[in-house]
Amino acid sequence: MSQTTPERREAVIEARGICNRFGTQSVHEQLDLDLYRGEILAVVGGSGSGKSVLLRSIVGLRRPNEGQVKVFGQDLSGVNDEQRSKVERRFGVLFQKGALFSSLTVTENVALPLIEHAGLSRADAEHLAGVKLALAGLPISAADKYPSSLSGGMIKRAALARALALDPDILFLDEPTAGLDPIGAAAFDQLILTLRDALGLSVFLITHDLDTLYTITDRVAVLSQKKVLVAGPIAQVEDTDDAWIHEYFHGPRGRAAYQAATAAKEL
Amino acid sequence: MEPMTTQASATLDTTSNPACLRIVGDWTLANYASLKRSSERLAGQYDQRTEVDLEQLGQLDTAGASLLVELLGAERLSRLTETAQLPEASRALLQTVYCSVQDFCIPEKQPEKSVLIQLLSRIGCAVDTLWQDTLQILGFVGLILQTLVLRLFQPRRWRVTAVVAHIEQTGLDAAPIVALLTFLVGAVVAFLGATVLAGFGASIFTVDLVAFSFLREFGVLLTAILMAGRTASAFTAQIGSMKANEEIDAIRTLGLDPVELLVVPRVLALLIALPLLTFLAMICGIIGGGVVCALSLDISPAMFLSLLQSDIGVQHFLVGLAKAPFFAFLIAAIGCLEGFKVSGSAESVGAHTTSSVVQSIFVVIVLDAVAALFFMEMGW
Repeated sequence: MSQTTPERREAVIEARGICNRFGTQSVHEQLDLDLYRGEILAVVGGSGSGKSVLLRSIVGLRRPNEGQVKVFGQDLSGVNDEQRSKVERRFGVLFQKGALFSSLTVTENVALPLIEHAGLSRADAEHLAGVKLALAGLPISAADKYPSSLSGGMIKRAALARALALDPDILFLDEPTAGLDPIGAAAFDQLILTLRDALGLSVFLITHDLDTLYTITDRVAVLSQKKVLVAGPIAQVEDTDDAWIHEYFHGPRGRAAYQAATAAKEL
Repeated sequence: MEPMTTQASATLDTTSNPACLRIVGDWTLANYASLKRSSERLAGQYDQRTEVDLEQLGQLDTAGASLLVELLGAERLSRLTETAQLPEASRALLQTVYCSVQDFCIPEKQPEKSVLIQLLSRIGCAVDTLWQDTLQILGFVGLILQTLVLRLFQPRRWRVTAVVAHIEQTGLDAAPIVALLTFLVGAVVAFLGATVLAGFGASIFTVDLVAFSFLREFGVLLTAILMAGRTASAFTAQIGSMKANEEIDAIRTLGLDPVELLVVPRVLALLIALPLLTFLAMICGIIGGGVVCALSLDISPAMFLSLLQSDIGVQHFLVGLAKAPFFAFLIAAIGCLEGFKVSGSAESVGAHTTSSVVQSIFVVIVLDAVAALFFMEMGW
């Protein structure tokens, strides 16, 4: 993979030579990917191209068959559980369906890591959880509800609040805008951008949402043919000579998103 | 994130005029508890004229920012962030936090009700739930019967494969555990009988005791309780996770009837499996008793069988077996109904599975007691 950034930036995640196989079926072969500090990196690819598997390999939910993942310059496969947990606390993960604990209220969901890891008292943790929920744009009326009575958009926001609970350095988002209405999706994009700027997050984002790609990402990595085909600013990626990439970015939806984004910038 | 050497704190410097509130050190999650305490101590000691010094502020995260918002008030902070010397990231963070916290307030807790009121309201709730549950199960039984009868005359819509599959799961797969358990209980009953009856010199009646108890009561009761634990819970979990996954809704929108598709095959399967298992249970229980008789009472198997034949009428077997279909129907109905009551969450699946086991065991035992009275009065 060619180095696409002009200046050498600090990589918070370095994935090198990742191979993931399920039985005889291979998903990744010799995949390399970097996430730099403070950037929003979007990973795109067709269905079944192994985007979620890559995320799971990076956050440590799945051990890749080959290759290594360095987080903050540290290879997580060699460290003991305690150190591993320490690094993992600097991750915030937003799962595709939210993965809120259904037996806890929204506030309790967000307060749980604060109580367990930051050692706050229950009252303090719930108070701070309220702030995080407000930060994620959730109305206060939703705080005492259980996840089963929330709408899809609210679940996403509550899950984001939980992912942000410990003020992580790296935020992993698995299709954050999937299933949201366009207004909600646009607001969510802006929220991620604001939080990145305010909290200095590095964001690893899996998405199919072309509007998200054009509005908030710094770099786009295209996952295809079992590796990262190209990674770089979107203008560079969309000019790559590859049939799939061409269809993805220059198809009717890609065009529309591009025009919308350029129109918004001109305004 | 190396901690800074200066202790994070908020201190009020009253030597200068006007007084100056100094915000020092890392205002981060790690220092949250101590910072909260110190800022609570300061509350009320400063006012709008107090100067605020943010210059020695180290690192800042959302926890620290929210404390600052509470300490200074959103309005004050918004003016400060514009004027004070702050790193760009901290300024953006403060702005984000106070913007989002502006319309955020802690909801007032409802005053606690007295214990007596709470107790009474819980009793009331429990009674109401019991009544509603009873109505629901009766309604559901009616629904199943209606569907059964309607489909009885449409052989094209019999779901033979599903029924056979459920018979395998609920009947065949349960046979070993039913056989083993009843064999052991049969042996225990024989031991008890032998011990007690020996005092009267009537240990020969151990044979009658084992046969009576297993044919009339234990065979069917043990099987039904096992099925309640094994099958009712399985039905609830299966249908419940389908409900949580919106599969039941999908069945409805496809114009199909979930009762016909899911409930009727399960009920039919248990209606067939439970009497068969009951028969197995009776035999195994009596064999268990027979083994004990042979080993400790010197009643040979041949003698055991001839006593069985001469003393025990076939009506005892029929009385026992007649109860099996009723138990089967109720266990399956309760299991399926609890499955349909599941709402969304994983916890709900667990709660309703528990409830279906408890309810079906309760119903089985109550019904058995009523049946025992009935058969006794009838002299069967």
